[in-house]
Amino acid sequence: MAVLATAVNRRSDAFKDNAAHMAELVAQLRADVATASLGGSQKSRERHVARGKLLPRERIEKLIDPGSPFLEFSQLAAWNMYDEPIHASGILTGIGRVSGQECVIVCNDATIKGGTYYPITVKKHLRAQEVAMENHLPCIYLVDSGGANLPNQAEIFPDRNHFGQIFYNQANMSAMGIPQIAAVMGSCTAGGAYVPAMSDESIIVRQQGTIFLGGPPLVKAATGEVVSAEELGGADVHARTSGVSDHYAMDDAHALGIVRRIVAHLNRPKRTALAVQPSRAPLYDPAELGGVIPLKAGVQYDVREVIARLVDGSEFDEFKKLYGTTLVTGFAHIHGYPVGILANNGILFSESALKGAHFIELCAQRNIPLLFLQNISGFMVGAKYEAGGIAKDGAKLVTAVATAAVPKFTVVIGGSYGAGNYGMCGRAYRPRFLFMWPNARISVMGGEQAASVLATVRRDGLEEQGESWPAEEEEAFKAPIRAQYDAEGHPYYATARLWDDGIIAPEDTRMVLGLSLSAAQNAPLQDTKFGVFRM
Amino acid sequence: MFSKLLIANRGEIACRVIRTARDLGIRTVAVFSDADAAAMHVALADEAVHIGPAPAAESYLDQEAILAAAERTGAVAIHPGYGFLSENAEFAEACAARGITFVGPPPDAMRAMGAKDAAKRLMEAAHVPVVPGYHGEAQDPDLLAREAERIGYPVLIKAVAGGGGRGMRRVDDADEFQTALAAAQREAQAAFGDDRVLVERYLAKPRHIEIQIFADSHGNAVHLFERDCTIQRRHQKVIEEAPAPGMPPAMRERMGAAAVRAAKAVNYVGAGTVEFIADAEGGLSEDGFFFIEMNTRLQVEHPVTEMITGLDLVAWQLRVAAGDPLPLPQEALTIDGHALEARLYAENPAGGKFLPSTGLLRQLRLPAADAGHVRVDTGVRPGDTVSMFYDPMIAKLIVHGADRDQARYRLRSALEAVRVAGPVTNAGFLRAIADHPAFAAADLDTGFIDRHLAALLPEDGVVAEETVLAIAATGILCARRAEAARQADASGDPYSPWHSVTAWRLNGAGRETLYFAFRGAVCGIEVIHAADGMRLILPSEDEGCDIPVSGTLEGGELVAEIDGQRFNAGFDLHAGQITVMLAGDAFVIDLHDPMQAAEFEDGSAGDVSAPMPGKLVSVRVGKGDKVRKGDPLAVLEAMKMEHTLIAPADGIIATIHFAEGDQVEEGVTVIAFEDAE
Repeated sequence: MAVLATAVNRRSDAFKDNAAHMAELVAQLRADVATASLGGSQKSRERHVARGKLLPRERIEKLIDPGSPFLEFSQLAAWNMYDEPIHASGILTGIGRVSGQECVIVCNDATIKGGTYYPITVKKHLRAQEVAMENHLPCIYLVDSGGANLPNQAEIFPDRNHFGQIFYNQANMSAMGIPQIAAVMGSCTAGGAYVPAMSDESIIVRQQGTIFLGGPPLVKAATGEVVSAEELGGADVHARTSGVSDHYAMDDAHALGIVRRIVAHLNRPKRTALAVQPSRAPLYDPAELGGVIPLKAGVQYDVREVIARLVDGSEFDEFKKLYGTTLVTGFAHIHGYPVGILANNGILFSESALKGAHFIELCAQRNIPLLFLQNISGFMVGAKYEAGGIAKDGAKLVTAVATAAVPKFTVVIGGSYGAGNYGMCGRAYRPRFLFMWPNARISVMGGEQAASVLATVRRDGLEEQGESWPAEEEEAFKAPIRAQYDAEGHPYYATARLWDDGIIAPEDTRMVLGLSLSAAQNAPLQDTKFGVFRM
Repeated sequence: MFSKLLIANRGEIACRVIRTARDLGIRTVAVFSDADAAAMHVALADEAVHIGPAPAAESYLDQEAILAAAERTGAVAIHPGYGFLSENAEFAEACAARGITFVGPPPDAMRAMGAKDAAKRLMEAAHVPVVPGYHGEAQDPDLLAREAERIGYPVLIKAVAGGGGRGMRRVDDADEFQTALAAAQREAQAAFGDDRVLVERYLAKPRHIEIQIFADSHGNAVHLFERDCTIQRRHQKVIEEAPAPGMPPAMRERMGAAAVRAAKAVNYVGAGTVEFIADAEGGLSEDGFFFIEMNTRLQVEHPVTEMITGLDLVAWQLRVAAGDPLPLPQEALTIDGHALEARLYAENPAGGKFLPSTGLLRQLRLPAADAGHVRVDTGVRPGDTVSMFYDPMIAKLIVHGADRDQARYRLRSALEAVRVAGPVTNAGFLRAIADHPAFAAADLDTGFIDRHLAALLPEDGVVAEETVLAIAATGILCARRAEAARQADASGDPYSPWHSVTAWRLNGAGRETLYFAFRGAVCGIEVIHAADGMRLILPSEDEGCDIPVSGTLEGGELVAEIDGQRFNAGFDLHAGQITVMLAGDAFVIDLHDPMQAAEFEDGSAGDVSAPMPGKLVSVRVGKGDKVRKGDPLAVLEAMKMEHTLIAPADGIIATIHFAEGDQVEEGVTVIAFEDAE
């Protein structure tokens, strides 16, 4: 295989400045994640622990295999979205290894608003189920939630992507042979009661877990019956009488032990269908990635410097290296898994789009997973390019991306603008996982371009009416537009709304991709049937 | 020389005899009991014959079975080792009667030395010194006082029927004699119903020194110098050495000559040991040693003699038994340096109880033999079992040095290299003896271990408890790595980073707590899996006071670096139990798993209801009965099947709602429990 060379001078001022800037972004990210990871207020956490319950993160730590990785999703979900912090949107999700098998874990955080579902909580829960469904990963629900957050009910209850889909997904995953396991470690009220009830196997913790369609207040209001929560839907009721629960746990730790035992009996051997090889570190330290990325967005650099710091042995065999050079395509390995990489090295032209479509066809034919490294301001514009059919060539790339059935992975390493986002497998194109670097930006176009476009439209209108538009007024018009785009294009804004699966540090990218590629191996291969390519 | 030799023994001595026999070109036959079918001595021998069930009386002591084995295999000689039939004159005679050479002394010599009192009289006649004393029937107080005067003070008055120190008095001068005698007699009468006493010289500082002798069938006899076996516990030798520290050459000469006289007095042939007691009060002196008994066999501790003389005593035994003259005359025998032997036992020294500790040797690594310096005689291998049927000795560690200190340091190193997981051993105790200042100064007497027991069994151990826990934690993390690698290899996705065990976390360091139960307390060690390695927060430390650790684990050997200090330890993890083997000590630590803690409970304190409709055919408890979880309470007959209702938890019966013969409906409460407090 061809080994990538590096042109980066690690002693240059530019490298040091870049590295320092990225280090700052990463330090901030980690500090913010640490804040979000605390969950609810200290008081709330203390109250939770005083009840003999484990905190949500402790539950996950005790559930997964000792020392094994945990690939957490959307750590900053709901970040700055509500009047008060709803850290991680009140639910922890991720992939962890339980009894040797990768499982999707969905864990309510009852220290935040009693674990109730905000709109973004629902979205995160559904996204985790989607990951499970796409990758055939067993689902483990650690339930401790008061159900729907009532003030927000209109945003979570009735629509297709709302609460009901949780149970729709459970039923359909079970039908697909994807195990559904629930441990009720706290409240599990109303609709929530269907999580354990719809599971293949369920556990309830004595004197902690309760399951009922209507809680004691609702029962009293409806029928006048006065009953305690424990009598209404405690562990003894469900494990001995109703049969809603299959296993009776003495405490949280016991419940988690039972989950581990259940998973150990699932009988789902994992066999990768890929030609894997032993993992080898890149020749160049991934810790250098920060120094490689220019401080200023929009400065072009050779994306091969990034690839050289992500792939095994820095080995990369390029496809059509001399054609459509603004898109780099080629074959490599990450943690021993073969991947086909598409990485932006400038604006997309017809040639680069055609090259990308061709390369995706190759990978789909060979069942090679695709990795998209997005740093794209868009497709080339202008009369010459429109006349050259860039729209139909772009469409070919988008068609190939949309219909390729191999696992796709996207990392936004820089800008993600306009149709470039689509052509490079943005969220709508169902990559198995999508992560962003902290320096990334995402919007339909750049703030400056958007302000200019809107200003141009307005100026044209004013001039048509014979009015003039002083420069300072134009600037006053543009500034808030730029500010809005800057705010909404920030990765924190994106990740809070689950446009991605999380923000990751450049140096963690290799591990994140390795874990993702491996997790994807749990799903059987699918044949690709491409759509019509406009010729 | 013999063409084929049967070794009527097992364990390390059988192995040791087989090795020499093989050196001499003699084919070997092992015998084995049911318990030893896979034992090392069986594997080492050219042939092996099964001789019976595990109990020694039905196998290794079954003379007929052993003789039959010899005949079946054509063995022309039998080496009895030590113990078992080695001092059995009848067996020696039986061998002779069947035309098989018994590698040992003539039966008459064995008998002569076997009867202890007769042997003493025989020795006195041969001018071998015995402990001065009066053993007569006459018990007149004045006669006893005169005898005491003759023996010389201090004397010891002992009950003839004695034991356990009762009826025993030490008397330092004549004035005290009558008072002490009266007291001893009273005690003896009370304790044994027999007030007869004997009087002996009191040895203020007794040392056990024995002489190795060898005699051939041509009338030659030599001695191979002495062994000092003073370090004993309940008359069991623990550490032996040669030569005896502080032995004056003249005393050695006299003792050697006395031992040779003793052997000649009984027409001895072969290897024997004449045991003496010496009074070291004021130093060893040539008139201060007294015959105790003669052992008419090869001794356990013979290797220390081999180490200082450079001879192979088993080879000598075989030559002499074959009728050869002694290979060397007395003047050709010399002492080179100093040798020590420590007996490594599967026994637990805890609390000074030294209880046997049997079981599977999950790990067994003994110090490497080092020609001339370190010798290891063992009869077990990793995976063998120390059974309850035989002596629980694991090995003898024998070291040699230019002088006693060098030998002592080598012994210490050898003991520190011992790795045993499974049974508890006395290695740490032996190391403590080797290290003890009084032992180093050769300030020895047979009361050494009793007197220094507290120092030899330190409660806290040599290594700090937290260091042991840190090593255990490092071992667990290394073992986890090895186990993960094994699972990765066996999986269908072998290179997956999901197999990693560095507790990788996105945007943060992975942390976990390992819970250990150690010395009766449960404690947690926090592990931080940082990008640059692992760090630990020890139980006594707070957040922020973490120390770096790293380690490698290969073949049970853990190299752990704890906060910059490197430790070489043995590490074993089995069924949730860790053994850290460090500097001769084995620390056993239980992994505490909170998930397992509740596994066998189902939480019912509650009542017992009928699982189906049926007839109550029997009620086994009454109101107020205390029952344990799992106890049968009543029997229900339904569909021609009997179903036992069992107690779901410990509790007290409050009410029994039905009587025998009653029909009960499904789901109704049959027996109610009192509410738990």
